[in-house]
Amino acid sequence: MDALSERTRQRLKSGLLILSFFVIWEVACIVFKVSEIILPRPTVVMGALVQFFPGIRPHLMQTLYTTLVGFGLGVAIGVLIGAVIGVSRVAYDTAYPLLVGFSSIPKVAVVPIFVLWFGAGTTPAILTSMVICIFPIVVNVATGLATTEPELEDVLKALGAKKFDILWNVSLPRAMPYFFASLKVAITLAFVGTVLSETVASNRGIGNLMMIASSNFNVPLVFAGLFLLAGLGVALYVIFSLIERRVAGWAMRKQDFAMG
Amino acid sequence: MMAAKPAAFAPPAPLLTSPERVRPLISLEKAGVTFGRGANAVEALTPTVLDIEKGDFIALVGPSGCGKSTILRLVANLIRATTGHVFVGGREVGAERVGIGMAFQNPTMLPWLRIRDNIMLPLKIVEPFRSEFRAKRKGEFRDRAEALLEVVGLKGFGDKFPWQLSGGMLQRANLCRALIHDPALLLLDEPFGALDQFTREELWAILQKLWMDRRPTVLLVTHDLREAAFLATRVCVMSARPGRIVADDIVPFARPRTLDMTFEPDFVALTQRLRALIVDARTGKV
Repeated sequence: MDALSERTRQRLKSGLLILSFFVIWEVACIVFKVSEIILPRPTVVMGALVQFFPGIRPHLMQTLYTTLVGFGLGVAIGVLIGAVIGVSRVAYDTAYPLLVGFSSIPKVAVVPIFVLWFGAGTTPAILTSMVICIFPIVVNVATGLATTEPELEDVLKALGAKKFDILWNVSLPRAMPYFFASLKVAITLAFVGTVLSETVASNRGIGNLMMIASSNFNVPLVFAGLFLLAGLGVALYVIFSLIERRVAGWAMRKQDFAMG
Repeated sequence: MMAAKPAAFAPPAPLLTSPERVRPLISLEKAGVTFGRGANAVEALTPTVLDIEKGDFIALVGPSGCGKSTILRLVANLIRATTGHVFVGGREVGAERVGIGMAFQNPTMLPWLRIRDNIMLPLKIVEPFRSEFRAKRKGEFRDRAEALLEVVGLKGFGDKFPWQLSGGMLQRANLCRALIHDPALLLLDEPFGALDQFTREELWAILQKLWMDRRPTVLLVTHDLREAAFLATRVCVMSARPGRIVADDIVPFARPRTLDMTFEPDFVALTQRLRALIVDARTGKV
């Protein structure tokens, strides 16, 4: 019972700290008389959010949809490439430099090319968020697969295990914690990709909404968009954390252990 | 054969005199291993001749880096001989599927599986168990794992996860995993190297019992001369790299051997002789 209340107290503490961040922001804006066009107070932002919500909603759904599709594609392709790279030395040597090079390109530079190929709108946004997701997933999956203990591999090989047996029974489960870590990075990046593309070339989505709002000097609405993006990011992050606990909880035993 | 007096103990192990030895289970015919090529080539094992009879318990001892593990890996078909041949079960290694169980110093239990499931891993991979795995996983195979756990003193620990067990317990589980599929050949690479003396001695007795009950052919790589003399029917001493076998002794003591026996003069004499050989091998006198 003590452990539980300890945990609850901790949560309460961090909740209060987060809340105090917004309180300080609010108070600072009032004390220093910051103009709403420079930095709106959190309450004003929330007000704008509530006021404009019917108008924001379709944009929100668009961004969510685009991000999830891009993310899904990114995960599928990333896992595939990661698996190939993690298992085969040749693939590793060939694909890794290419991937590093590609991921070093700022994605803003890629959006116009996607627009050129597919026209403005949803498709370039999906592609941008997909492209931005792939790299962390590939790197993590490949690392997870490549770090099987050689001794364990020897035990299995001596048993006559095929490559697939080792992959299925050892490497894949071992890669799970790495995979989930990359999912958490990738989902936040996916939003970046989507909003980036929406800002440059789309007439829908939160990115587009914020563009229009800022050109109208409706700064509270711009911040409302930011808040929404942050909220979505946190929500999806939490969802993946929960799934991670179920699937790869064995890798986090120390925390549970400490919790008693 | 060393000059020990078998009379001091019960008669020598009957296996050694058994007439049914036709062809050795394992045979290294001038098998040598060189890693790398040209200027970077390192000879790990000079062409070696070694015959191991079915049911034998061989200990390989020698200075570190002398190629003991190389022999083990040759027999397990994990590496190929650069020169010569390795025969297992009368045919070139790899041609015939001989059931092999392996255990290293590092227990390498899979952290996401319970101990029981870790132990049952070979059954998931090796035929004929593999095709029955789904059907028997919760019945016969489970009982098999439990029985082995009981032998090594881990009864009731099947449901635990590896991180809940101590190093000694994990090594016991590791032995179970190596034996669950009743391999004809058991390859052990310093399995007790990281354990404290008492746990180690306890595991010697367990391994001896398992060997006497099941009679797999065992190839044990070890640094511990008492361990070698306690467990093995034959001890092979290897020289420093590039390794070769410089002495091949039969250990005559009767089984089951007890820890008390390891303090008898004959036993001590044997380990001291082995020790002297290794010291010579280290300094390159042999």
